[in-house]
Amino acid sequence: MRRASREWQRLGERCMERLLFAGSLSGIVTLGAMVVFTFAAGLPVILRTGLGRFLLGQHWRPLEGEFGIAAMVVGSVFVTLGALAAAVPLGLGTAILLSEFAPPWVRRIARPAVELLAGIPSVVYGFYGLVVIVPLIRQHLGGVGFSILAGSVILAVMILPTLITIALDSLRQVPDSYRQGSLALGATRWQTVRRVVLPAARSGVVAAVVLGAGRAVGETMAVLMVTGNVAVLPESILSPVRTLTGNIALEMGYAAGEHQQALFASGIVLFILTMILNGLIQLRRVGRVAR
Amino acid sequence: MMSLRRVSTLVLGLALLAVSGITVGCGSPAVQDTETVVIAGSTSVQPLSELLAEEFMKERPGVQVTVQGGGSTAGVRAVTDRVADIGAVSRPLREGEEGLKQFVIALDAIAIVVHPDNPVEELTFEQVREIYAGQITNWSALGGPDRAISLVTREEGSGTRTAFEELVMGGTPIAEGAVVQNSNGAVRATVAQDPSMIGYLSLAYVTPEVKVLRLDGVEPTVDNVKEGRYPLARPFIYVTREAPQGLVKEYLDFVLSEAGQAIVEEAGVVPAR
Repeated sequence: MRRASREWQRLGERCMERLLFAGSLSGIVTLGAMVVFTFAAGLPVILRTGLGRFLLGQHWRPLEGEFGIAAMVVGSVFVTLGALAAAVPLGLGTAILLSEFAPPWVRRIARPAVELLAGIPSVVYGFYGLVVIVPLIRQHLGGVGFSILAGSVILAVMILPTLITIALDSLRQVPDSYRQGSLALGATRWQTVRRVVLPAARSGVVAAVVLGAGRAVGETMAVLMVTGNVAVLPESILSPVRTLTGNIALEMGYAAGEHQQALFASGIVLFILTMILNGLIQLRRVGRVAR
Repeated sequence: MMSLRRVSTLVLGLALLAVSGITVGCGSPAVQDTETVVIAGSTSVQPLSELLAEEFMKERPGVQVTVQGGGSTAGVRAVTDRVADIGAVSRPLREGEEGLKQFVIALDAIAIVVHPDNPVEELTFEQVREIYAGQITNWSALGGPDRAISLVTREEGSGTRTAFEELVMGGTPIAEGAVVQNSNGAVRATVAQDPSMIGYLSLAYVTPEVKVLRLDGVEPTVDNVKEGRYPLARPFIYVTREAPQGLVKEYLDFVLSEAGQAIVEEAGVVPAR
């Protein structure tokens, strides 16, 4: 009797194990299926247009069969860089303050507040940008307001939670003995942070920046609402731009045939961009293990 | 030990089979059991179709009316390929599409709108074309203040944009620097926050946030559209492949009935009759 029940327990455990395995497999299978599908749908148009003309072409006239995504690649890159320029100092500064200087009760309030920021839907950010940021830029800096700058400001706020939480976690993981050792040697608190804690947490901090960048490249809705979506190479940060994701979201509803393939092709470019970003983190990890 | 492993694999396999069986089972019979009408096409017509479908289903329990988007051209294609029973189109039918049976269910006007602070009240058809072609670039040329004109347009493929291009632009491309927004609401918000903006949107979306301009001296009111005086109007059309029968005919009759047309008017669109 007792033996039988133990066998049943084991059976249950095995079933569970297999279920979990099937679950993890489904993630990989989904990813694989999406890669195959995107490439199958997008590659023909890249091959027909020629990789150079597709990536460097400056004219996007899908209804006339002209597919050049240079303006959109530039748009995505600049909006992302702008967002990082604003969010990295702010995010790292916040993480360092919360980890090293602020009393615990501040951390207990600030961290959930930052995480709440991540829960706001992106349309809400976009709408806020449309009615507040865009008019502010137009009135004080000129242009139409819809611009790289507007996109960067909105994105900076959106990627702050990612940056802060990951950087904060990696800073907290640095053992306290490091700090105590440094302080005991007569270093000031700021010297300790800069020379001991930050270098020790470097891979986590880099991961925070890269993940933030990945989120910025991929964000669609909020950016779509504030960048003006003009598919022309921008002249300044006050020029309107169209991003790769924005382009897909704008036209997917109507696109058919070659136009649709071209949108999938810009999906491939996005996919490769994200892979490069993730590759950067992996490289860092491998490097650290080797050392 | 060995047998246990085998048993567990078997159990899991059976479970998976059962699950897949259930999902496959759910998919198909629904189509056959209840009577359905599938409408596909223009995203401009979609909200109106949804309202009409909802009322129709209330009157005819057990009937399922499915409304899908995809755009006017996709709607025509869906009907031709028999994927949908009814195609919704928000522009005049093109050459090669005339073989389909068409039913004008409503008329929609495209309003030219500016910021409420803009003193300009009226434009001619020609002026609108030149503004959107990028030839007139300052409001002072139109009797307004000395201020550059900013344009907002809809995305490539949108029914509203297609109708605007066909009715106003007539082959001239819209200036490349025009800001692109992807909905009537976003166009309205864009115009409402910038005194130098001009935009176009479906009459149903006009609110006091923006000022509607007279076009060739005619205001886009329900009456003016109905009488054909306002030049920038487009039909909302339902198309079918053959003369409608059965449930499709019942639905079309309902849409064109007094009750159906009252729903059209309530939705802010001009009734067809």
